Amino acid sequence: MFSLSDKTLGQDIISKIKKEKIKAKFMHVCGTHQDTIVKHGLDSLLKKCGISISQGPGCPVCVTTPLEIEKMLLLARNGAIVTSFGDMINVPGEYKSLGDMKAEGYDVRTVYGIEDAVKIAYENPSKDVVFMGVGFETTAPATAATIISNPPKNFSIFCCHRTMPYALKAILDIGELKLDGLIEPGHVSTIIGIKPYEFISKDYGIPQVIAGFEPIDVLMGCWMLVKQIKQGKTFVENEYKRVVHQEGNIKAQKILNEVFEPCDMKWRGFPVIAKSGLKIKKKFECFDASVKFEDTLKDLENKELHEPEGCLCGELLRGLVSPFDCPLFGQACKPETPVGPCMVSVEGSCNIEYRYSEK
Amino acid sequence: MCLAIPGKVVEIESNKYHAIVDYGEGTKRKANISLVDVKIGDYVLVHAGFAIEVLNKKEARETIALFREMLSFEEVK
Repeated sequence: MFSLSDKTLGQDIISKIKKEKIKAKFMHVCGTHQDTIVKHGLDSLLKKCGISISQGPGCPVCVTTPLEIEKMLLLARNGAIVTSFGDMINVPGEYKSLGDMKAEGYDVRTVYGIEDAVKIAYENPSKDVVFMGVGFETTAPATAATIISNPPKNFSIFCCHRTMPYALKAILDIGELKLDGLIEPGHVSTIIGIKPYEFISKDYGIPQVIAGFEPIDVLMGCWMLVKQIKQGKTFVENEYKRVVHQEGNIKAQKILNEVFEPCDMKWRGFPVIAKSGLKIKKKFECFDASVKFEDTLKDLENKELHEPEGCLCGELLRGLVSPFDCPLFGQACKPETPVGPCMVSVEGSCNIEYRYSEK
Repeated sequence: MCLAIPGKVVEIESNKYHAIVDYGEGTKRKANISLVDVKIGDYVLVHAGFAIEVLNKKEARETIALFREMLSFEEVK
């Protein structure tokens, strides 16, 4: 009952957009949106209506930096059980991934969610169990809720959680792209609601629509952006009302605020973005792996790490290129032999494009 | 990563932190419900083992009709 199905509505929306004879560049920041767009060929349909749409830094695995991965490799090497989501485990740091370490016999485990990692900690009381917490506002509340549930003392979190609004600001401040509209991620918005995006429309004069993940949602989101452009309006509109409430999930926000504070954070492909990360508050630092293992990790702090040669993930995450612009795409870089994170993650543009392209 | 799946709450455990969620076609799994206020019969959206929101059934049922209305009445001036 929560999926949208209507034989002619999609076509009606397309006709409506076409009639406006517009030329616009939109960005979205969600791998699930990208999957819907590529799977259903919405990118080529929209192109015929004058709209180009690209994925920005909306894949948490992809924006995690090589330094964060190297830190996890070091903890695994030092005997900790390192746990994370499947995609994260396969992203290479400078040379190796956590998956490579697992193949070498180190204890690296894929988990479906943070509660599985806590279970591993209970089952292995003599070992340190570290959960590499990646994800945006959708995922961070689960980490926060786990921390306040008082997990065992041998459990800690290496916090790589990032938040979306200031990353959007960074894209606009860098100014490499002239964007006419932003499609905001439905499930991040489920948690944060509408307000955190408002400064973007106000300060940068750019229309925004929070959209769901069915093809009709994405098309409707584009139509709502077109409408704002034509009417000279710039505000945050909610297309995904069946899920996203104006104020977001207040209970989740309270738990987030109790456990985390904003911090400046580097994103792959970007410089450090002010206030774009989440740091575990001092009160809960016994669960913060970056504090618990500070002495071990400090040697890596100033190490210069190289990005894989020829890889365009950074430019891709800033929306400047498409996977087809990368000379490695489909050649040296494939899902079985990924060079960059955008080919590893099922939310990455390259992986999505490769999966749905005609081979 | 931010993928979330809707399902129906069919049982709430006595600790109140977990519920059994039915995703249809016989798939039932445990989910943590500490981020939402739910009762049996509610539909929730589950992400990485945690319910992140209760779905609005009325809004969901009316979505298509609402979109059609927007398309037919909201002509761009």
